[in-house]
Amino acid sequence: MTDQKPVILAFCCHYCAYAAADMAGSMRLQYPASVRVLRFPCTGKIEENHILAAFELGVDGVMVAGCLEGGCHFLEGNLRARKRVERVKQILAEVGIEPERLEMFNLSSAEGPRFAEIVKEICARIVPLGPSRLRADDRNIEPGAAEIVRKAELAVKGGTT
Amino acid sequence: MIVADRKKIPEMRDMVGKHERVLLVGCGTCVTVCLAGGERETGIIGSALRMSLKLAGRDTVTVHECTIERQCEDAFIDGLAQRAGDYDAILSLGCGAGVQALAERFPGKAVYPGLNTQFMGILEKQGVWAEKCAGCGSCRLGEYFGICPITRCSKRQLNGPCGSSRNGKCEVSETIDCAWQLIYDRAKSMNLVPELALVAAAQDWSTSNDGGPRTVVREDQCIAGMGPKA
Repeated sequence: MTDQKPVILAFCCHYCAYAAADMAGSMRLQYPASVRVLRFPCTGKIEENHILAAFELGVDGVMVAGCLEGGCHFLEGNLRARKRVERVKQILAEVGIEPERLEMFNLSSAEGPRFAEIVKEICARIVPLGPSRLRADDRNIEPGAAEIVRKAELAVKGGTT
Repeated sequence: MIVADRKKIPEMRDMVGKHERVLLVGCGTCVTVCLAGGERETGIIGSALRMSLKLAGRDTVTVHECTIERQCEDAFIDGLAQRAGDYDAILSLGCGAGVQALAERFPGKAVYPGLNTQFMGILEKQGVWAEKCAGCGSCRLGEYFGICPITRCSKRQLNGPCGSSRNGKCEVSETIDCAWQLIYDRAKSMNLVPELALVAAAQDWSTSNDGGPRTVVREDQCIAGMGPKA
């Protein structure tokens, strides 16, 4: 985190949050630029170890954004994702990381403004918590953030982190 | 299958924290099925453990992960033997038998349990496992229509039910089915209720673990000169 800009990975469902992020961009909506969007085919595809890998790499927070409940393209992927997020929160608490650094949100593909709001909301929550204690260097975060995204994408594809 | 659940991360961290290189070993058999120590859980626990060690100021500790097909059988540990030499300690995510098999195979190396082994049981419904067998060594399921009173009756009563069976539930907890209600219902469905009037003989506990650790020997399967351990 530099200048109160937490590095946040947004694990987004292709069918809703990713499209909403796209819409937010098309609408020229402003939201913290330090969020990095990762696209998943469904939030149900997100495993606990993908989220933990992101924290291990030193991100300040992770948001998982899936479809509205009842509106999952794969019926219940977003419901499973919510349960996994809850489990990862428990593990984070055991590890000694604030569980508030992780949150699940639901929105539809038509909610560009809502996406911007969500990003602002999680940033506002994480700023008071300070930077992740797992990141070695917080002065020059940009190259590190790019590496975090690259490694997280590798983790998503089943590669090593 | 053997059912287990994982220990808390701080407990695992405290066990391995004094070592420099730790190998986390998952097991691909029972504990994979009960979602406690398979490949996926090994990855999750490894990641959590590394973070926990780093936050505790032990970021010099290296934690790597691997999963073998079956920890409780020496032949399957073979593939691990060469790699294990690079580590000071092993944190096993197998059942208690797996942990001990690794400890026996690697004398001089610290081996720790990452799981709490619970019981022999079955998947009752998605995400829920229930105890079904106590491994008493003298199975009497035939007498009880396929429901084990030793495992599933809180009082282990062989001539039940007791006076505290209420609406099919045990007095210990409303979440526990009364084993004797289940036995009666099974007998009724099989038209064998009169058999419940017979007095069951006392259990032969000499076959249980009261006499120390047990072994099962099949002489016809033993290789000459490699028979059962003395």
